[in-house]
Amino acid sequence: MTALVNPGLAEELERSDEFNADACMNCGVCSAICPMGVDVQPRKLFRYVLLGMEDRVKAEVEPVFSCLLCKMCEENCPSGVHIAENVRTLRHHIVRTVFGIGRG
Amino acid sequence: MPLPTGDVIGILADNLRLRRSVLPLSAKVATKWTEGLGLRHGGDTMLYTGMMYQLIPYIEGLVKAEIKFGDSWLAKYTGLGRKVNRVVNISAFMARPSAAERAVYDQVPINVVHLLRKAGVEFGALFEDDLYSGALAYDLGADEVLLEHARRVHAVFRKRGVKTVITIDPHTTTMLRSVYPKILEGYDIEVRSYLEVLAEKGMAPSMMLSGDVAIHDSCVFARYEGIVDEPRELLAAAGVTIRDPENTGRQTWCCGGPVESLYPAKAAANAEKRVAQLRAAAPDAVTMCPMCFVNLSSAAGDTMRFKDISQYLREAYAS
Repeated sequence: MTALVNPGLAEELERSDEFNADACMNCGVCSAICPMGVDVQPRKLFRYVLLGMEDRVKAEVEPVFSCLLCKMCEENCPSGVHIAENVRTLRHHIVRTVFGIGRG
Repeated sequence: MPLPTGDVIGILADNLRLRRSVLPLSAKVATKWTEGLGLRHGGDTMLYTGMMYQLIPYIEGLVKAEIKFGDSWLAKYTGLGRKVNRVVNISAFMARPSAAERAVYDQVPINVVHLLRKAGVEFGALFEDDLYSGALAYDLGADEVLLEHARRVHAVFRKRGVKTVITIDPHTTTMLRSVYPKILEGYDIEVRSYLEVLAEKGMAPSMMLSGDVAIHDSCVFARYEGIVDEPRELLAAAGVTIRDPENTGRQTWCCGGPVESLYPAKAAANAEKRVAQLRAAAPDAVTMCPMCFVNLSSAAGDTMRFKDISQYLREAYAS
């Protein structure tokens, strides 16, 4: 299995100070507590970003857009990750680069 | 099967950009609730609906149509539908709720008008300039489309000399209070939920209520805006016995509504889980968001009863 890596992906996504995927310590509380169950796994999505695996991020349309943005995970995250805003940032990236909405 | 995610988001974003709302409503429909209330035009304090309650019966109609299309051969033409929608507002043909369905949701801002008046609050309304906040575009990550729309809303506030807005639903509250200041230069509108305003006034009920009611906190009110105590204080002072479900307050469980426009089946499954929690607490439940109300009451069917909090409050404080 191969992956096309974009080493600048995390920086490209860092539109504001609120984006902090790198604060995730991969503990899995978010996935365990998520009302949507295994449909959304923030820690996996953030790992793709940190590893620059842009194609994997873009292939995760349904998990990214299945997030309720309800912040249940964020309320219980021991690392203070801005999970909802991080997911919204991934949505913005997909909306622009995959769906072509909001470009120019 | 859900419709193609990108095409659905495209249609909603196009509507907001071209028609000022994700699902365009006529001015007559959007302002129907104001009829006969003698609301002041203009002033520095405004009751602001953000069209949220008025939109819900239309969103419901659209979701039903989406489910039908998703299971039919038409699903593969969603992309073409997006192109046509730019010229002709096809979403208007897909959702046509009855007057009775619309009246259920129009009743909420009417209740709030009576409550605020009883509390002695002076306010006006923006009528056809009471625009949608762009909440769905924000949630879906259509940030450029949202920014353009938020500037339009801000321009209305400036033009009409608005200093303070009193909001009703959680989504409009968080957009105007927490999101707009981050994306708009010079935005300094004071934004307060009517629940905060009423709780601060410390009104005495004119009629005491009774009975047990399960409380469903909105995720956005509880976790985004920290509004947890105000609805409880108002209901408790009115004589309601509040029953907290398994997940409550800042640990509330989402109704599923935020994914309804893209993945209706997932939204319904989540609502069923929440209804089970609420039903275990009491047969009657109170909501404070139109999305929560519609999702949970649809999932519950006739197994339990839901009321918007404004209905309880109007009965107790402004009947």
